[in-house]
Amino acid sequence: MLILECPYCGVKAEETELAAGGEAHLKRFGPGSSDDEFHDYLFMRENPKGVHFERWRHANGCGKWFHAARCTMTLEVFGTYTAQTSVPTQEIIDKIAAKRPGWTWREFADEK
Amino acid sequence: MSTRLANQGRLIDRSKQIDFTFNGKSMKGFAGDTLASALLANGQVMMGRSFKYHRPRGVVASGSEEPNALMQLGVGDRYEPNQRATTTELFSGLSANSQNHWPSLEFDVLSINNKLSRFLTAGFYYKMFIHPRPLWKHVYEPIIRKSAGLGAAPDKELKDADTYEHFYFFADVLVIGGGVAGLQAAKAAAASGAKVLVLEQNNFWGGRAPVDGGTIDGDTPDAWIAKTLAELRDMDNVTLRDRCMGSGVYDHGYALGYERLTDHAPGQGGPRHRLWRIRASQIVTATGAIERPLSFAGNDVPGVMLAASMRDYVVNWGINPGQKVVVATNNDDAYRTALVLHEAGVEVVRVIDTRETGGGALMEAVREKGIRVELGRAIAKVKDGKCVTEVAICAQNGEGGARETVQADAVAMSGGWSPVVHLWSHCGGKLIWDEANANFRPDASRPPLGHDGNGFVVPAGAANGEFGLAALLEDAAAAGAKAAEAAGFPAKSVAAAKGESAAELQMEAVWLMPAKADIKLRMKTWLDYQNDVKVSDVQLAAREGYESVEHTKRYTTLGMATDQGKLSNINGLAILADSLNSEIPQVGTTTFRPPYHPISLGAIAGEARAEIFQPVRKTPIADWMDQNGADWEPVGQWRRPFSINKPGEDRHAAVNREVKNTRENLGLLDASTLGKLVVKGPDAGKFLDMMYTNMMSTLKIGKCRYGLMCTENGFLMDDGVVARIDEDTWLCHTTTGGAERIHGWMEEWLQTEWWDWKVYVANVTEQYAQIAVVGPNARKVLEKLNAAAGGGMDVSKEALPFMEWRDGKIGEFDARAYRISFSGELSYEIAVAASEGQAFWDALMEAGKEFGVMPYGTETLHILRAEKGFIMIGDETDGTVIPQDLGLHWALSKKKEDYLGKRAQARSHMVDPERWQLVGLETVDGSVLPDGAYAVGEGVNANGQRNMIGRVTSTYFSATLNKGIAMGLVKHGPKRMGEVIEFPGTDGVTYKAKIVDPVFYDKEGEKQNV
Amino acid sequence: MKRYSVFAVAREALRYHTGWERAWRSPEPKRHYDVVIVGAGGHGLATAYYLGKNFGITNVAIIEKGWLGGGNTGRNTTIIRSNYLQDPSAAIYEKARSLYETMSQDLNYNVMFSPRGVIMLAQTEHEIRGYKRTAHANQQQGVQTEWISPERVKEIVPIINLDGPRYPVLGGLYQERGGTARHDAVAWGYARACSDMGMDIIQKCEVTGVRTENGRTVGVDTTKGPIDCDKIGMIVAGNASVLSEMAGFRLPMESVALQAMVSEPIKPCMDVVVMANTVHGYMSQSDKGEMVIGGGTDGFNNYTQRGSFHHIEETVRALVETFPMVSRLKMLRQWGGIVDVTGDRSPIISKTPVQNCFINCGWGTGGFKSIPGSGWAMAELMATGHSPLTEEFTINRFKEGKFIDESVAAGVAH
Repeated sequence: MLILECPYCGVKAEETELAAGGEAHLKRFGPGSSDDEFHDYLFMRENPKGVHFERWRHANGCGKWFHAARCTMTLEVFGTYTAQTSVPTQEIIDKIAAKRPGWTWREFADEK
Repeated sequence: MSTRLANQGRLIDRSKQIDFTFNGKSMKGFAGDTLASALLANGQVMMGRSFKYHRPRGVVASGSEEPNALMQLGVGDRYEPNQRATTTELFSGLSANSQNHWPSLEFDVLSINNKLSRFLTAGFYYKMFIHPRPLWKHVYEPIIRKSAGLGAAPDKELKDADTYEHFYFFADVLVIGGGVAGLQAAKAAAASGAKVLVLEQNNFWGGRAPVDGGTIDGDTPDAWIAKTLAELRDMDNVTLRDRCMGSGVYDHGYALGYERLTDHAPGQGGPRHRLWRIRASQIVTATGAIERPLSFAGNDVPGVMLAASMRDYVVNWGINPGQKVVVATNNDDAYRTALVLHEAGVEVVRVIDTRETGGGALMEAVREKGIRVELGRAIAKVKDGKCVTEVAICAQNGEGGARETVQADAVAMSGGWSPVVHLWSHCGGKLIWDEANANFRPDASRPPLGHDGNGFVVPAGAANGEFGLAALLEDAAAAGAKAAEAAGFPAKSVAAAKGESAAELQMEAVWLMPAKADIKLRMKTWLDYQNDVKVSDVQLAAREGYESVEHTKRYTTLGMATDQGKLSNINGLAILADSLNSEIPQVGTTTFRPPYHPISLGAIAGEARAEIFQPVRKTPIADWMDQNGADWEPVGQWRRPFSINKPGEDRHAAVNREVKNTRENLGLLDASTLGKLVVKGPDAGKFLDMMYTNMMSTLKIGKCRYGLMCTENGFLMDDGVVARIDEDTWLCHTTTGGAERIHGWMEEWLQTEWWDWKVYVANVTEQYAQIAVVGPNARKVLEKLNAAAGGGMDVSKEALPFMEWRDGKIGEFDARAYRISFSGELSYEIAVAASEGQAFWDALMEAGKEFGVMPYGTETLHILRAEKGFIMIGDETDGTVIPQDLGLHWALSKKKEDYLGKRAQARSHMVDPERWQLVGLETVDGSVLPDGAYAVGEGVNANGQRNMIGRVTSTYFSATLNKGIAMGLVKHGPKRMGEVIEFPGTDGVTYKAKIVDPVFYDKEGEKQNV
Repeated sequence: MKRYSVFAVAREALRYHTGWERAWRSPEPKRHYDVVIVGAGGHGLATAYYLGKNFGITNVAIIEKGWLGGGNTGRNTTIIRSNYLQDPSAAIYEKARSLYETMSQDLNYNVMFSPRGVIMLAQTEHEIRGYKRTAHANQQQGVQTEWISPERVKEIVPIINLDGPRYPVLGGLYQERGGTARHDAVAWGYARACSDMGMDIIQKCEVTGVRTENGRTVGVDTTKGPIDCDKIGMIVAGNASVLSEMAGFRLPMESVALQAMVSEPIKPCMDVVVMANTVHGYMSQSDKGEMVIGGGTDGFNNYTQRGSFHHIEETVRALVETFPMVSRLKMLRQWGGIVDVTGDRSPIISKTPVQNCFINCGWGTGGFKSIPGSGWAMAELMATGHSPLTEEFTINRFKEGKFIDESVAAGVAH
């Protein structure tokens, strides 16, 4: 039973207020893209045992979409942040790096 | 035989006698009794039968861990099987029946299983009943099913007479357990100012400390408990709840409390159970410990009881458990039972202590009373029967050759204590093996982790493996302070209460009694009482390779009974470890899962049942529909009338009438459920061009356009008419039930992909009542209303042409009229304010009388559209259909570079000419094609399945055309016009249908363009 | 292998069951096998079994990081049915169901397959149409199902409430030969038979790497050392993404928690399996007497084997509505498993970009019922390079847009 803090309205939202929206920071491929690009955009998903960036909607609350960085093994939430970004915020990346040295997730991995 | 003592019984009120029945026999108890204590007071030692062998069983414990004394309680709509006698408070009129026997508790035919137990070992059913095959389903399994199960099932028509409710609570610190450790922890936490909730499963506070004795702050435990409770009750930041069990700990500090409000007073009104949904920053588990049985032959005979439980019965309820009692132990604590029994005047025949050197001060105290203590000894066997009669005593370190046999009618046993680590473990808290106490205790360095990655559960007292009042209270105070601090409330120093209790010497881990018991004894030595798992069963499992603790559990069913192994798990693990020549911590435990103790499904379901199971959305015209014959069908969260039946008319007749009348005269449809989304902003046109396959940005103000929406995967997801309201405003209609989904879909794209686009979306579905006025007389009725009001909107063909909309007055009503048609008739969909919906409907019905007005329902809507070949989302589409399949190429804008789904529709399988295409279907004989029928082709595929070439998507009887009409998707369909294909029905009939144009009626569209 | 029979049990009873041999050996791994199966769950063991039985390939190791049958095989609600809508699904699930019919005899291990019948309730007009469609499709697919009336539903399920004020029962899709089996026994029976054929089941052995040379698989690294092999079958529900990454390819898949629960046991009151998909709940009664209850999946990626309680609430609410008498029963235990869900919620049984490396994953909520069919087909694919049963379940179908979507029949796949 997760709690995620909605970065818009500030509510510590119960899981029952939220709708999960799958992996975050996908790049959309439309007409003109290759079969591989389109396939990966639609179906290939990070499915790590560990840190995961994902989309949520405060559906039974303010209605806003937001992003969360969460561990799929411990359910630890490193933070939530705006959905209006194509990459995680540096603050979140630093937070994760401090707690999980060596974590990887697409190109946003901790390079140190 | 057990009886009531003349004195003792701190929890009972002898001035209040209570009448109850057991197996139909009248009995008497006292207020404060549990059902178990009351039965014992009435000499009823045998209380049930075991699961597998149907052996006679008595109560073995005094709390929720009880595996044997399960009862069928209550009658009628308050009947409930499998209630523990130990947690059932006695009330006047209580009616209990023992279970799992036939014909009676005393004489049970299935106790034949006991005689056959040598054959019915662990896993016997995996090795038998294999041949001949049909016998398993028809003979063996039914027999097994009948003999298994515990209590009788509730009546098939039972409607629970009670109600249940849910309750939310937010706490900084949740303390689970109201024993002295819980109270001490609560006190320490509360002192910091934290908001504290304390849950106690029993109807009394203080746990077992008052029974076990010792002093706290120099006073009796009872006095300290009363004082501490009073202090806590005085604090505004503390909430105390008894009869409320902490039943589960879940992620991120979620916890469940299970409050039993009226189980002890049925019919008093109010909910029976209340499920507390708790969010806590920190949780203190002060859940105590459970005593373990000793594993000796006949340890399941009625009259054999856990030593501390027997003590509870004496001290709490004034029960004399027997005339002559043998106490068997591997630790000092059980000597307390001997002392309590002695003090109550019960003869303690022997104390049998497995330790060669015996115990400490408590043993000396027992000896001083003249009780015989035997060291290094064991119980070889308790004689089988419906009650203890004889106990054979032998050397612990032997094979069970009895040295002495004593007469006794009760046995108190103690194999040591196991902390209740369930709640600690539910969410991933890890355990360590405590060698000294031979138990698993919480590993403080590996707690369950919360949302911030830090531990959120703190174990306290005996639940943390701390025994002895002094250590326990100190641990609890520290736990309370630690939890408060972690919750953000720095601790004020609260000194722990000073506990003093008799010093105890080292216990001895004894997993089998005697240590080298032979196979005959081991086959009579129970580990799991309820499921009839014996030492020999676990050993067999290990021998056969079921080495993992999970394999052993599942092969033998150890720990899978309704007590979930509370008594049996550690003893079973130890036997397994021994069989594998391994150590207990290496073998490990099975997983602890919620709930700690079974909780009612009623409580989990809560208030939401019957009428309020799920909310029903109603349009402004719903009540009128209800009063005028609506035949409802659920559509998403809404209910819509399938048809509006006249008295005595069935739904099919009604539909035929509605269809004909709408085509010939005038029909009214409540279309308010259609979604209405306002999309507004400088970028709204651009946005809608992405959402719809059509071009919406070029739509002229005042005009309407039918639009399609696809998923990014290319499949049709919704459709509806879009109207351009002004320069930067569009109103998008969605399907019924689609409004929220499509609104969410639009928001998702606006917020997460095109967040720089300036667009707002508002769902105004419920702000309007929308009524479709349909049929040749549609214009007449509107004009009549306008005439009556002396003016209004010009609804003429010229002023309001097809696929346009206007705002204005219709009659007395402010309205927006759309000239759109889903029926092929002259049709206006008219939106008025929701608050005026019923009045507008009434006005139309009244004015329409002379024009033959009739309301119609969803089925007529479907038929009218099918006659016209219009697709229906959910019928012609199913999530695998693309617009191209439906011949909707005209709705796919060629001018746009992009729309959602466009790229997907370019994939190889999407442009495959073999895809099934939309056609009309007409049976050769005019009959109606069956719903969902498939058309078959030649031969079979590689998996032997008949090749299929198409399917029916919609099929109706058309009253207009007086024949069956259908739409379907058929391979190469549009190229096969006129061909007859075959649809085998599930009724054995093969339907032959001709492929035709899907537009069956008014192909030129003349009727809607008038 | 000593055969199991009533006579064997009687014989052993006379000597206090001291003569039973191990159900399966517990060997150390050899250096090389023809085939390595990663994952000793039902699917992995079944694959190994049919490799041996149907193709004579017995130099096989089945490697398991935990204990055999310890994943989803041992934590599902044991429903077996094949009333799927789409041809490829119906084919493989019906193959599985038919193999379940004779599994106890094949394996000489009573897996307690009980064709007690499965009913999927229709509670909306839309569901009626969906299930009638399925019944028609099933008829052509050789799957015996029928559409039954509400009255017939009540006959078969006396404890059902047909007249729920919100969602009345309007009929059902009935598969008389569907049912349940004892889940653990399926894994144990296969394990015993595999071991008897000389295959090595290596438990508590985790694969730490997949070795490839020139795009071809040559072996695996494990916590018990490297093992060479000619072919690998990856059959690890809940961990497929992790393992495929080791082999250097990715899967279109996400892992989520699926929950189930049981009530305390009671005497028999419901002989069939009932699924109510509109309200999201399904229930059967085990031979032990427990009501076995399942619901839907959580929505977020999760490897904890714990689910969220509100899903339990929703499921129980649905069942109290559908079977009012359960209101006074008690939940004994709830648990969760991790299921892999693909883009169309149907499985992948396929060759992979790595030569001689095969994958079987993504069964979502439908894993248990498919075990023998999945094993049969996977064995055929691994042994011969082709199986008609797996043809549509390729990893490439997502690229082509050729989905196998079962949700269209108004049903969820449990």
